[in-house]
Amino acid sequence: MTRKRHRQLVLFTFPALAFFLIFAVFPLIGTIYISFFQENVFVGLKNFNFLFTDENASKRLFFAFLHNCEFFLIAASVQLPLALCMAALLTSGRVRRMTGFYRTLLFIPSTLSVVIVGFIWRLIISPLWGIVEYPLLGEKATALPTITLMSVWQYLGIPLVFLYSALLSIPSNIIEAARVDGASDFRIFFGIKIPLIAPQIGIITILTFIWTFNGFDIIYALNGGMPGPDYSTDVLGTLFYRTFFGWGADQGNQNLGAATATVIFFIILLGTAAYFATVQRRLKVSQL
Amino acid sequence: MIRQDGRVQTQSKNLIVHLALLFFVLLAIGPILVIVINSFKSTEGIFSGPLKLPDSKTFSLEGFKRAVENGNFIRNYLNSTIITLGATLLTVVCSCLAAYGITEYTTKLASMIAGLFTIGIMLPVTLGTVVILKMMVKFHLLNTHLSLILVYVGICVPLGVILMVTNFRTVSSDLKEAARIDGANEFKTFLIVLPLVMPGVAAVAAITMLPIWNDLWFPLILTTGPQTQTLTLGIQQFVGVHTNDWEALIASLVLGAIPLILLFTLFSKQFIKGLSDGYSK
Repeated sequence: MTRKRHRQLVLFTFPALAFFLIFAVFPLIGTIYISFFQENVFVGLKNFNFLFTDENASKRLFFAFLHNCEFFLIAASVQLPLALCMAALLTSGRVRRMTGFYRTLLFIPSTLSVVIVGFIWRLIISPLWGIVEYPLLGEKATALPTITLMSVWQYLGIPLVFLYSALLSIPSNIIEAARVDGASDFRIFFGIKIPLIAPQIGIITILTFIWTFNGFDIIYALNGGMPGPDYSTDVLGTLFYRTFFGWGADQGNQNLGAATATVIFFIILLGTAAYFATVQRRLKVSQL
Repeated sequence: MIRQDGRVQTQSKNLIVHLALLFFVLLAIGPILVIVINSFKSTEGIFSGPLKLPDSKTFSLEGFKRAVENGNFIRNYLNSTIITLGATLLTVVCSCLAAYGITEYTTKLASMIAGLFTIGIMLPVTLGTVVILKMMVKFHLLNTHLSLILVYVGICVPLGVILMVTNFRTVSSDLKEAARIDGANEFKTFLIVLPLVMPGVAAVAAITMLPIWNDLWFPLILTTGPQTQTLTLGIQQFVGVHTNDWEALIASLVLGAIPLILLFTLFSKQFIKGLSDGYSK
């Protein structure tokens, strides 16, 4: 009986597993594997050694990492409170029939491609149009925060939808009980609702972390593979693309590209693991 | 008297909430409207008053005409459609089969497979691009629709499976037992319960299409040839060449965004359900 069940299970899950293992898992493992090679010759840690000690390469890697951190911190600290605020307004019970209307419109930027988002905002803030006089994208100090805010604008809908669903799933009797006890809307939100949806806030934060450290599109769409001014918007994703594919006079190198990807993978892995080991576990406990 | 006061207070509170939400909606939609407005203007109109509505002097449909006449545009549109629909169909089919298997044959192995897919949702597959490119070169799949379809199915299938598992769990076993007693084999039983999880299928389809249509990374690496270029990549290159044809450029951006905005507006319920169910598990 169990054998028959196992056979059925394997038959039904085979296509999905095959696609996932061949086109997602294998390439990731393969990437780690070939990062120890150079032109099909095993070279040990030489590629990593180059990335971390070569004067130019290590500088690029370090700054790309720093820019990713900046991107993540700005994105998380702007996006989360805004999304939470909108989700709170949508679930406040004061919009009723209009809820769907607002929710749909607020999500629309997330359905656009980064190419369109980049273009729209570059045009709007272009000094050519005169709405903004200052060349936000042209100055080293403002370029990265500006791009990050464009990305926040685009993807705000995703945490919004998450938090909206989380707030909706709070049992209404808890809220009613608090209201009968005379708690204000404000108090209910911060004292009851936020603690209850803390796990979802955690998940969306870690997803933002994974997506920003794996991010590439918006920077590439705006600034290409050598993101200026003077690399000030270079992130790990664009560095990976450049190392692997080359850009302009830079020759690409597959194995160095694989090594760069491996470094990024471990940064993401460490960040995620650290998060689940500390924060999320505590959240789960407090949930009980 | 007191009750009336309360009602006035509630109403003014409601109004504040509406105003705040309208402000956010304006922030979200305003920039898009600016581009849509300008797609109906001549180049002169675009630069003389970017925020003005088109008037009799600046109104022009030339941009749309030139965008569509550009030979690549229609072909790119078609390429994106084939790739998106192909990958979505395969993802849905594979996800349904796997989710049925996982919920129906509950063994240790089944929960291990489910765990594997749960981790898979968060996997940054783009970091495996070097090997994906090598594979595609080896199988002579570079610059084919199939190369993108295969990769996208691999990326999207974990979320699809997990979403469908939550859907198949809600199906009562009575129907399945009845089908089996009637002599249906396992696959037939699967087909009999499939209509019950159609809302889930819609959610998986909606959530799969969006990132595929908008992806820039894999088209940039796997399908750069003009025959298989996707719309997103085509527009990126159009933007990149510093064209002077602003009318056609803005028009093609608008045309490129329409399918997904339309799709999302129609299926926003399924989409939002898919998004929140899939990642919060």
